[in-house]
Amino acid sequence: MLNHNPIAAPHTHSGTSTTNIMYWVIAALSPAALYGVWLFGLPALLVMVSCCVTAWLCELFCLLLQNKNWQRSFDGSAWLTALLLAMSLPPTTPWWIAALGTSFAILLGKQVYGGLGHNPFNPAMLGRVMLLICFPVQLTDWRSISPPILSDNGLIFSSAWTSIDGTSAATPLADLNQIQDLATLFTGQHAGSMGETSALLIALGGVFLIWRGIIRPYIPSALLCGIVIPAAIAHLIDPSLYASPLSHLFSGGAMLAAFFIATDMVTSPTSPRGQWVFGLACGLLIWLIRSFGSYPEGVAFAVLIMNACTPVIDHYLRPTIFGMPAPFSRSKGTKS
Amino acid sequence: MFRLKARPFSGGVHPKGFKELTNKQSIVKHFSPDRVYLGMQQRNGSMLHCLVAAGDSVYKGQLIAKGSTEMTVPLHSPVNGTVLEIKPYLSSHPAGIKCQTLVILNNAVNHWGVDYPPSDYRKLTPEQIVQRVLDAGVVGLGGAGFPSGIKLRLARKSHVHTLLINGGECEPYLTCDDRLMQEHAAEIIGGINMMLKAIGATKAVIAIEDNKPQAIAAMTSACEQQHNIQLKMVPSLYPMGSERHLIKAVTGLAIPPGQLSTAKGILVHNVATAKAIYQAVRFQRPLVERVITVSGDAVEKPSNLTVPIGSLVSQVLAECGGLKAEANRMIAGGPMMGQVLPSPFVPVDKSIGGLLALSDAQINKRESQDCVRCGNCVKVCPMGLMPFQMAAHSNQGDFSGAQQFGLDACLLCGACSYICPSSIPLVQYFQHAKSNVNAQRSMVQKSNLARQLTDARQQRLAKELEAKKAAKAAKRKRPARAPRNQGER
Repeated sequence: MLNHNPIAAPHTHSGTSTTNIMYWVIAALSPAALYGVWLFGLPALLVMVSCCVTAWLCELFCLLLQNKNWQRSFDGSAWLTALLLAMSLPPTTPWWIAALGTSFAILLGKQVYGGLGHNPFNPAMLGRVMLLICFPVQLTDWRSISPPILSDNGLIFSSAWTSIDGTSAATPLADLNQIQDLATLFTGQHAGSMGETSALLIALGGVFLIWRGIIRPYIPSALLCGIVIPAAIAHLIDPSLYASPLSHLFSGGAMLAAFFIATDMVTSPTSPRGQWVFGLACGLLIWLIRSFGSYPEGVAFAVLIMNACTPVIDHYLRPTIFGMPAPFSRSKGTKS
Repeated sequence: MFRLKARPFSGGVHPKGFKELTNKQSIVKHFSPDRVYLGMQQRNGSMLHCLVAAGDSVYKGQLIAKGSTEMTVPLHSPVNGTVLEIKPYLSSHPAGIKCQTLVILNNAVNHWGVDYPPSDYRKLTPEQIVQRVLDAGVVGLGGAGFPSGIKLRLARKSHVHTLLINGGECEPYLTCDDRLMQEHAAEIIGGINMMLKAIGATKAVIAIEDNKPQAIAAMTSACEQQHNIQLKMVPSLYPMGSERHLIKAVTGLAIPPGQLSTAKGILVHNVATAKAIYQAVRFQRPLVERVITVSGDAVEKPSNLTVPIGSLVSQVLAECGGLKAEANRMIAGGPMMGQVLPSPFVPVDKSIGGLLALSDAQINKRESQDCVRCGNCVKVCPMGLMPFQMAAHSNQGDFSGAQQFGLDACLLCGACSYICPSSIPLVQYFQHAKSNVNAQRSMVQKSNLARQLTDARQQRLAKELEAKKAAKAAKRKRPARAPRNQGER
C-alpha cells in the first residue's frame, strides 16, 4: 500500500538504536563483571543480581506511573546503571544496601528528572555516593580475593567464595604511596570493588566500544591524561609522597571512569572540545581527591562535580559553525 | 572499522549507496508519454503567464509560458501535439496543492519543431550565451532549480575565476549524473567551455565521487585536450553534493554562512546543467526533458531514463515495469533529502532528479526514543551545529533559541536524523522551525513596508496641504490671473 502522507526526509536510517547502544555497553562491561564474580564469589553475584532486579523494578514502576510504554524498561539503560553501581560497590555489600542504592539511583537519580536522557548526574555515581555517605562502614569493607583454585580434584571453592564472610583487606588505593606491584594492579589480582580489579579487561571493553563507534575516544584519553600528567609531575617532585602515575592509572576506578562512567552520554558534553575539557577536569579532580582528599577514591565525586559543569561546557564549547572564524572570537553565536 | 582517510570536511555520513541497482544500465531514451502536464506555477511559487490556448497545436520546443521577470524561467512544450485544456491539476508540492496546468496531447512525432543550425560558442559574446541559457529556461538540475542564466550573469559580475562542476551525486540510489557523465561526457565538456566563456573564468574543476570509476574514466578521456579543465576525485561522503562542502573538499575554502560562493570567486554548476546549457547554446534547444533515476527496491525495473518535463510519475513508473506490491513510499529525489510525493499522478518538474519507490524494509519506520545526548548528531553535522539542542528549542517553540544554535546555517541534509540512535525526526523539527522563522521574517518585512508606505503617504499629504495653502496665499495676493496660468501650466 502506498502511503502518501508527507513524511520528513531522510527516508533511510543508519540502523543504530539507543537500546542497541545500551546492550553493547553492557556487553563490553560484562567480561570485567564476570571476572569480578570469579574473584570474589557468590556475594559479588548477589550484589549484582540485587542491583539489576531492583533497577528493573524501579524503572517499570516509574514508567507505569508516568503512563509510558512499560516495554521501555527493557531498553537496557536501567541495567547499565545497575551494573555500573554494582561494579563500584565492595563485593561484600549486603544485598539490601545494594538494592537501596540502586533504587536511589533510578528513582532520584534518573526518573525524577523525567527519565532517560534528562538526568543531569550519572545515576550510578549518585547511588554510590549516597551509600558511601549513609553506610560508610559497609562501603569501605574490602576483602581479599578468593578465586577458585584449579587442582587435580577439579575446581576448589574457598569458603569465602561461597559465603559472605571474608578476610578484610585494604584496597590498594588506601595506601597508594606504597610501591605497588603493577602487574597485580593491571590484571586485577587485588582487593577492591568488582569493577576496580582488572584494569586490563575494562580497558579492553572500552577499546571495543570505541572501535564499534559507540563512544568517542576523547573523554577516555582526556581523563587518563588528566590523571597521568599531574601524577607524573608530582611523582617526579616527591616520589615518597605521591604515587606513580601508573599505579594511579591501574588502581581503583580510573579505568572504569575513563571508559564507562565519564563517557555516559546523557551527562557528558557532546562536542569534541567539550569532551576534552570534561575528561581532563575529571582526571585532574580524581587525582586531587586521591592525593589530598579524605577519601581514598575520588571517581564518583569527580564525575558528579563535572556532570554539574556539563551544561556550561556544552554552552561555551560548541563546535565551530562551518565557515565561521576561530572558535573563541565568535561573539554573535553565543547566547547573549 | 576505523576510517583513517582524512575527511575533506568535518561531519558527514556514509549511507548505503544502492547505486548498483542502476549504474550499469544506459539511459533509456525512447520514453514518450501520451500527454504531458505542465504546471503554471514554479517550485518557488512564482506564476507563469500562459501563451497558448486550448485547441492550439504546439511543437516540441515552442515557448508556451513565460514569467514576468527573469527569475521565472520560461516553459517550452516538451512534445509535438495539441493543447487539450488548461485546468487545475496536482503539483509535486507535498501538500497536494493544485495549480493551473496545461495539458498537451502528444502526437508521438518526436522531433524538434524548429531546427537551428549549430552555432559555435566562440563566436558568441558572453551576454549572448547567457541570453540563450535564459531563453531556454535552463535551471539547476541538481535539485535547487535556480535559473542558470541568472547564476552565470551574477558570476560574471563578481569576477569568478573557477567554475566547479558538481558530479558528486552523494544521495543513495541516484545514478543519473553518473550515467550522464559516462554517456554524454563530450556534451558536458562543451557546456563547461560555454560557461567558462560566459562568466570569464580561467579554469574549471570537475569533482566526482570516488565511487563512480566509469564516470571518472569517461570524463578524463573527454577532457584530455582541455588544459583549463581538470578532474578531481573526492571521497564519497554524504553530503558531498552540497555546494559549500564540495568547494571545501576541492579547494579547501570554507564559505561562511550567509555568503555566496561567488564572493570567493567560485561558481558551482551540476553536470546535468552543463549538458542542458550545451544544448541551449549550441542548438538553441530549450530544456524540455531531463534524465532521472527511477530506483528503489519496490520498482520492477530500476533504470535511468530521459523524461519529458510534465510526464506523470505513474507513466514513468509504468515504463519501468511498475511498482511491486510491497511499495510503501514514493519519493521525489534521494532518500536523504527527497520528499514524499502526494500522489502517483503528479507531473515531473525540472528539479526532480530521481523517483524512488521504497518498501517497508528500506524506509525508516522506527518509533522515536528519548534523546540520550549521545552527540552523534553533533559529530555528523557537516555545518558544525548542535542538532539535538536546536531540536530541543524548536520542540518548545523557542525558534530564536534554535537560531542561536545555528538554525539558519542548517542545510536540512538529514545526516543527523540518519544517524540518530533514538530515531528522533530532527529534520522535521528544523523544517518546522525554519518555516516559522521565515513566516516571522516576512511578517516583519510586510509591516516595515506598510509603515514606509504610510509614512510616505503622510508626507505626501502634508506636502499637498502645504502646496494648497501656498496656492491659497498666492491666490489672495493676485486674484485674477494666477490660477488660470497654473492651470495652463
